[in-house]
Amino acid sequence: MTENGRSIELPAIDRLAPVEDRGGAAQPLLQVTGLTKHFPVRGELFSARKTVRAVDDVSFAIAKGETVGIVGESGCGKSTTARLLMHLMKRDAGEIVYDGMQVGRALSLRELRRCMQMVFQDSYASLNPRLTVEQSIAFGPKVHGMADAPARALARELLGKVGLRPETFANRYPHEISGGQRQRVNIARALALSPRLVILDEAVSALDKSVEAQVLNLLVDLKREFGLTYLFISHDLNVVRYISDRVLVMYLGEVVELGPVDRVWDAPAHPYTRALLAAMPSSDPDRRTETPPISGDPPNPIDPPSGCRFHTRCPFAEPLCAKATPRLAALDTMGHQAACYMAIAGSGHSLAPAKGADAA
Amino acid sequence: MSAISELALAAEPAERPRGYWTTVGRRIVRDKVSMACAGLLALIFLSALCAPWLGLADPYQGSMIHRLRHIGTPHYPLGSDELGRDMLARLIYGGRLSLVVGILPVILAFMFGTSLGLVAGYAGGKVNTAIMRTIDVFYAFPSVLLAIAISGVLGAGIVNSIVALTVVFVPQITRVAESVTTGVRNMDFVEAARASGAGAFTIMRVHMLGNVLGPIFVYATGLISVSMILAAGLSFLGLGTKPPEPEWGLMLNTLRTAIYINPWVAALPGVMIFAVSICFNLLSDGMRSAMDIRN
Repeated sequence: MTENGRSIELPAIDRLAPVEDRGGAAQPLLQVTGLTKHFPVRGELFSARKTVRAVDDVSFAIAKGETVGIVGESGCGKSTTARLLMHLMKRDAGEIVYDGMQVGRALSLRELRRCMQMVFQDSYASLNPRLTVEQSIAFGPKVHGMADAPARALARELLGKVGLRPETFANRYPHEISGGQRQRVNIARALALSPRLVILDEAVSALDKSVEAQVLNLLVDLKREFGLTYLFISHDLNVVRYISDRVLVMYLGEVVELGPVDRVWDAPAHPYTRALLAAMPSSDPDRRTETPPISGDPPNPIDPPSGCRFHTRCPFAEPLCAKATPRLAALDTMGHQAACYMAIAGSGHSLAPAKGADAA
Repeated sequence: MSAISELALAAEPAERPRGYWTTVGRRIVRDKVSMACAGLLALIFLSALCAPWLGLADPYQGSMIHRLRHIGTPHYPLGSDELGRDMLARLIYGGRLSLVVGILPVILAFMFGTSLGLVAGYAGGKVNTAIMRTIDVFYAFPSVLLAIAISGVLGAGIVNSIVALTVVFVPQITRVAESVTTGVRNMDFVEAARASGAGAFTIMRVHMLGNVLGPIFVYATGLISVSMILAAGLSFLGLGTKPPEPEWGLMLNTLRTAIYINPWVAALPGVMIFAVSICFNLLSDGMRSAMDIRN
């Protein structure tokens, strides 16, 4: 092990052995099919029960070692998706397959917890105010059978890995450290179980810009060092572009576009993605956006619009869009897909490419 | 070289990690009000415990010619009651029963109520509904009436009145515990603990208990004085302590006839109840702020 260019010997630190790879490199680390979560809401007396369609038939895969970003307006189901993946919430339908193993059958929930960890947005609320930093990090390994002393030693080592001097920080309480430091502790806590997939749910959104950049760089370094795979949820498009290999755009609980981040940014196919990208503030005064790219609030997810859920706000909407839901269609061979009739050749939309023509 | 030793030190826990409860203990010792209250309580407890060895007068021995003496009368430092019994002896001996009927029901109710509230708050859903609606049934009755009813059904006696008072307090403490638990349960750190694969029991022990005990504690200690007064009420109805047994609540009741003749002496048992309950209250308040290590 080298530190500051010098080769030094570290005392042996026990780690939880990561759950070993079973599927090989070609097997996606996580494969999600038809993930659905509807929340019942109590309607008026004697009226039918209504449901919020928080996540509706979401499917995607995460390859080993990549970073997948999820973007979308607030309330579009990003965080619900994260919680469903972590099994913190029961899903109504859908399958989650981790490294070729179906969760709940080939892979127990307890084992899954070690494969997959999550960092929450609120760095303060996600640490127990009555535990020291060290105790918080050591909690997970102890739950999985590690003795107290090695778990604490591991906690201290991980503190060093996330850039916090263990001598200074191990015995501090969460209220005694800053927001950026707390989020580093949360990252260390997630890493303590030697996971392969880390879900970062708006993990840097609450930090101020300079700290955000430091934590992002830390995430990149840790990814390289521990061979991690990230699912990065954010509403900050710049951050998503910086860190992600591929990106998923969600609208009202559905995936409307996905693909390599550069493809999506350079050639957004769904009008919602275009609007999102156009809404990004530019630091160049000549390129200031003066008219809002989309107007109004997202429709109520209790009664989502028929057909394409975006048709109520879409400038290109045609009668066809309100009738049937467009499926995700491939736009190229690089995995760029969009759920929009304008992108589906021969769909009947006036702006759709002719059948047989090359999709751009 | 220096880098090596520094890293070696870093990997080994250099300083003794101070646990949460050690920190709380150290903070409460520094709090003057709490310590004064703890001292006074210790004095009352010890004197009640050691009453037979303190050289006090016989608390049962009355004298018809020395009734209702004022405070400071020779041989009667705190006066005498309506039957001429020494008040000092009766107050100290009275502490034995009063503290038991005042504190034991609260401790029992604290244990049951906190457990029920934790389970209801953590489990949520149907379990919560089942527990809390059952608790609501008890709320339908005024606590005095409920205590009398239970005591009446179980029969007279100190043990039965303790049971009755416990049943009266469990719903109140459960309600407080449930609402605090529900608040803590939705915090992200509990989600994070679940995400790390911990079971419900471990989460409650490590992550919930320390965060919910404070408010429940303060509420429960406030019930100690209520408990003493309720116990006195039961005694008055012949359901708890029986005369001539010295007990603060009972003494307060019997001395109320002398309130116009010798108000100072008549008020003494009340002063004791007040002192004990305010001390418990202040102590628990100090405890709560010591447990809130954020400030």
